[in-house]
Order: sequence, then structure tokens, then C-alpha cells
Amino acid sequence: MKYDIILAGVGGQGVLSVSAIIASSAMKEGLFVKQSEVHGMSQRGGAVLANLRLADAPIASDLIPLGSASMILSMEPLESLRYLKYLSTDGAVITSTNPMVNIPDYPDLEELLGHIRALPHARLVDGEKLARAAGSARATNMVMVGAASHHLPVKVETLEHYIQTVFAAKGEKIVETNLEAFRSGREAAA
Amino acid sequence: MTDMVLLGDEAVALGAVHAGLTAAYAYPGTPSTEILEYLVRYEKAHGAPKAAWCTNEKTAYEAALGVSFAGRRTMTSMKHVGLNVAADPFMNSAIVSINGGLVVVVADDPGMHSSQNEQDTRYYADFARIVCLEPANQQEAYEMTREAFDLSERFHIPVLIRIVTRLAHSRAVVRVRDARPQQPVRKASEPSSWILLPANARKQWHDLLARQPTFLEWSEASPFNHLRLNEDRRDLGVITTGIGRNYYLENLDELGFQPSHLHIGAYPAPVELVRRLVGHVGRVLVLEEGYPFVERMLRGIVSPDLEILGKESGHVPPDGELTPDIVRRSLGLKARKGLDAPDITLPNRPPQLCVGCPHADSFDAIKLALAGFATPVVTSDIGCYTLGALPPYSAVESCVCMGASVGMAKGASDAGLRPAVALIGDSTFLHSGVTPLMDAVAADTDMTLIILDNETTAMTGGQPTILPPTRIEKLVLGLGVAPAHCHVITAHHRHTEANREIMRKEIEHTGLSVIIAVRECIETLKSKKKA
Repeated sequence: MKYDIILAGVGGQGVLSVSAIIASSAMKEGLFVKQSEVHGMSQRGGAVLANLRLADAPIASDLIPLGSASMILSMEPLESLRYLKYLSTDGAVITSTNPMVNIPDYPDLEELLGHIRALPHARLVDGEKLARAAGSARATNMVMVGAASHHLPVKVETLEHYIQTVFAAKGEKIVETNLEAFRSGREAAA
Repeated sequence: MTDMVLLGDEAVALGAVHAGLTAAYAYPGTPSTEILEYLVRYEKAHGAPKAAWCTNEKTAYEAALGVSFAGRRTMTSMKHVGLNVAADPFMNSAIVSINGGLVVVVADDPGMHSSQNEQDTRYYADFARIVCLEPANQQEAYEMTREAFDLSERFHIPVLIRIVTRLAHSRAVVRVRDARPQQPVRKASEPSSWILLPANARKQWHDLLARQPTFLEWSEASPFNHLRLNEDRRDLGVITTGIGRNYYLENLDELGFQPSHLHIGAYPAPVELVRRLVGHVGRVLVLEEGYPFVERMLRGIVSPDLEILGKESGHVPPDGELTPDIVRRSLGLKARKGLDAPDITLPNRPPQLCVGCPHADSFDAIKLALAGFATPVVTSDIGCYTLGALPPYSAVESCVCMGASVGMAKGASDAGLRPAVALIGDSTFLHSGVTPLMDAVAADTDMTLIILDNETTAMTGGQPTILPPTRIEKLVLGLGVAPAHCHVITAHHRHTEANREIMRKEIEHTGLSVIIAVRECIETLKSKKKA
């Protein structure tokens, strides 16, 4: 078994937290994991790409080859289309519909969403709305983990356990908000 | 044995701790920053070993030399261009008789994710005639760092560990072993070997050269270098170094056979192993990240008849990172393809200053202050404010190396460009801007230096600046800048008009002036409020 995930978004959207939660959960369930992150300059509001590779055998390459990813999980629509060449032809695209408009030439949103909907296995979720309902727009990334959870080769309980672990230091309320965000994302993508 | 999930950088750091590290020093630089960050956190939690940010890579290296002189284990870490700054102590440290183990970790940045160039640090190890280790994964990063200290003490040389961005910033499980205790203080027994007066230095250099065969002998037998010959196939041999091996292995299954394979993880590169490989095959593919270092070496030691495929032959791109797909192509495998992208142009999303960044307010004031001048020049330096080169600011015209903005403004002014304005951050100013400012003071150069003081090293994640803003003004005045032409202003849009006026006045002043624009980075401020 191997499951390669392209995690996409913009610096500051919590892509690395998403990566950490899925990676920890996979490891807990005995899978091999390699997670390649972005640090430094690119994190300043630029396009962020993380490679997350899960497998039941040792993984050599830190980078995902073209056409090999099982999933693109994106925090916003434009970035979900940037890495399609890495996605296998039957791979899933899961994205939040809320655009991060920090460039002057951001494409027309409806047109973008139309292109995404036309992909073979696309799932669009209004991440921000669900996150707000859960208590904080900052939890959009956990909504997206929830939306992705139907496909991920790890148990829901394990993901929830690591959401608790990652946010534990920030207090009970933040933990609850993020768990609620996760659950509503999962429900929305069911 | 314990399993831990570590970044490549963190694996290096923990390997050093477990080798009995006494002190580590660094200046932040992507992709090396997380090595010392890990050690700073470790010291906070455990009380030792000592981990300190320094003014620059040279001072960090020199502090490490002092620890080694005292007989204890030490590490200094930096990015590739940081070794240029530390090159003087580095090159000379190769010929002192290293006492406590001294390990230099240098993180190269192929693909220039966060750097001005792509230089390959293996050349520096070769230049200094020392031993270099190149891990291929997080586990090797841990093991090799541990071993590097032993090697340093065994050979009495600094040992260089070369990593690359993709390993530095990738996470995997690492199996760690028991920690060694720190060594007691034991001053270098022969101080003359540390006094590089010509008479001593000649002897030391001679000794280092005489030990080259020992290093090579070690490398030939090192388990970090291994050769596997395929007795049934003689058509292709593959040489991998560092993480090139990972991309090779990623594609191996589809190749249908196992070419004879030499992996090089330790340098000097094992000449005998190379000869055995090329004696077995008619064609060799070299997969290495960075420069064609091994490929070029090969051309010096094998028959000209051997076909060598690599960066020089055009079979592997000469620049950028390796990827599984590039390696796939170089092995002659058919390219793989993913989902077709819809017919739509996706705009790039370059990095940019954070909303509310004090530098943005400084750029606004500077642009207003320069309005109307025919040929102004604004040199910049390396930090978040380098992003001022991009729209919407388009406010600066150069970015070369740490401190260059100050020296370049002086040169541009000497050449007749007026007005000449240099921009530099507080951390970069202390790193490398102070010395060129002395040149400008000595000549009373007609230029204006604007120090953008956000009280931190922001680009790398907010490490502390060596001096607080109040001390930077004293430092500038102490260098001899006229107090009437040294101003401290607040970098905030509420003050844009007042700041523009001060800048305009100093830009029009014939002679040297310095303006220190102070306001804390919004990111460090945010994290302080959270804490």
C-alpha cells in the first residue's frame, strides 16, 4: 500500500499542521511516513506545497513523483489546481472553496470552481463557513482534514486523537473548536 | 533505542547531542536554521549543551574553535552561503590540530528555495582537504553526525556534514541510541599547532597533505560508501550521492534490473571503489545533487573511453534539485504523467511582506522621499525586506550577499550615482553591515543608510537579534557617524509623512547619514502576546 498526498495552500493557512496530524496518525497505525515541508521565504504568503507519503514499506524519495499522488488536499481553490500533474488519473482533489486573494491577478472564482468540479474526483467544501460555525475561521485547515478523512488510510479516531494532541497546549476550547471543525468537514464531504 | 519523528535538521542536532556535544553556535539561515533551533529548545529543557545564536557564521565558527581547543565537542551549522562568511576560520581550522571534535554542518539549497545561489559545499571540503559526510536520509543524518565527532578527533580535522534543503526540511522516523556524556576540559596539548605563524602553518599544511592517503583509505572502507556489482549485467553502472540515492531507488523497480551501484556518502570519494565499478561497466550514470562534483572527479581517474552520463553530458539538469522524475528520465524510463490541468493560466503567488509589516511602511516613506530624483539608487540586503524588490513596492534594486547593500551604495555613490540609499535589516547590519559602514564613515561617503530594525531575524522565523535597537544607535554613533545625521524613527504608517521628511532631508544632505527605522516584527509581537 502506498498513499501519496500533495498538501497545498498559502503560507499561514496551516498546511504544516494538516501534514503533521495526518503523518502522526499514519505512524501511529504502523505506516512508514515521509513528509517534506516548506520553510523560510516561501512561507511569507507564497504558495506552499508539502509532500506527504504514507506506505506499508520503507519510502525512499521525499518527493512525490509525477502522476503518483492519491490526493491533493488544498486549503484554497487556486492552489488545488497548481499541482495536478502530480495526481494520479484516479486521484482525489479536496479543496476549500474560500479563495486566498493576496495577488492582484487572482482568477475569477466561479471559473476556478468550475474547473475543479470538472475533475474526476473533486470534493469542494466551504471550509471557512464550517470553521466559523465550529468557533474559529482559523480552524479551516481542520475542516479540510475532516473532508479528506474518508479517503485517508488512517482511522478517524486516530486523527481525532492527534488533533487533540496538537492543540492541547492551546487549551480545551481550541481543542474542541478544532475537533468540531474536523467533524463538520467530515460530514460535509460524506 | 527510541523512535522519534525528526526533520533532517533535527536529526543532525540530536546526533550531536548524543555524541556528547558541549556547545553549538550558528547564525540563522534557511535551510539550516532548525538545527540550532532544536538545540536551543533542548538546552532550555535539559540545561545543556550550550546553544547560542551568534552575530554571523564567522563568529559562530570561531567560538566553536575555542570549544575544540578546550578539548570538548562542538558544532557550528550554517547554510551554504554562510560558509562563505566563515570561510576564513574554516579553511584555517583544517590545518590546526583539532582537539575536541569539531563538526561543521552546511545545508545547501539546490533549487534556490531561499537563497541567492546554488553553491555545492562538497567543493569546500575538498578545498580544505578534509573529510565530508553526506547523509541520504534522516537516520543517516543522525548516525553520520554522531560519527563525525569521532572522525574529527581521530583525524584532528574539522569534519563537514553536507545536507540539502530536501533532507533538512523533510521528516521521518529516526531510531536514536544512548547519549554519550560530554568530555572534560582538556586543553590542546600542542598549542603551537594552533598558532598559524608561517613556520607552524607550513608544517601543519604539510601534515594535512601527508594524511590525505589516510582519509582516502578510511573512505574506501567506510560503510557510508558501498558498492554492489551486478555480475550478470555490464551495461550500466550508477553512482549516487546523498539524496540522489532516494530518487534512484524510487525508480529502480521499474527498471527491470539492478544496475551495478556505488553509493557515496563519505568523501574524499573512494577512488578504488569507483575504479572497480567502472572496470565492470561500459557506461556510468552519476546522480548527485548540486554540482557535478563526483562526475568531474570521475573524468580525472577513469579511461576516456568510459561513457559518463550526468550533469556535464546533459543527461541530468545542471541546476535545480533532483526529483524522482528527473532521475527517471536519466535512467531511460518513460515519463509518467498525472492528471491533465484544465486550460487556465494559474498566476504565480510569490512570497510577500505580511500585512502590517513595518518594512512596508518604511518602503512607502522611502518611495515618497525619493520622488523627483532622476537617478536614485536603492541597494538592498538579505532578509524579509528583500521582498520589497517585488510589486507592489518595487522599491529596491539589488540583493547580493549579507552586508552588500552598504558597500554597494558606497561604490555607487563613488561612481557618481546620486542619491545613494542602502537598506539593511538589524540582524543583517550586525552580521555584515557594520564593516562597510566603517568604510563609508572613513570617506564620509555621500549616501544614506536606512537600517530597518524590526528587532529580530524575521525571515528565518524570528531568532533574536544580537543587539537591541537602543544599542544599534550607540553602535552607529560609536563608528563615527555624525549625531546630527543619525536618526531613530518609528516605522509606522502614522509617521509616514514625518519619516519622509527626515529621509528627504538626509538624502539631500551631502555626506553620510544613517536612519534607524524601528518597529517590532508583527509575527514576533504576535507570538509574544500568545505566550
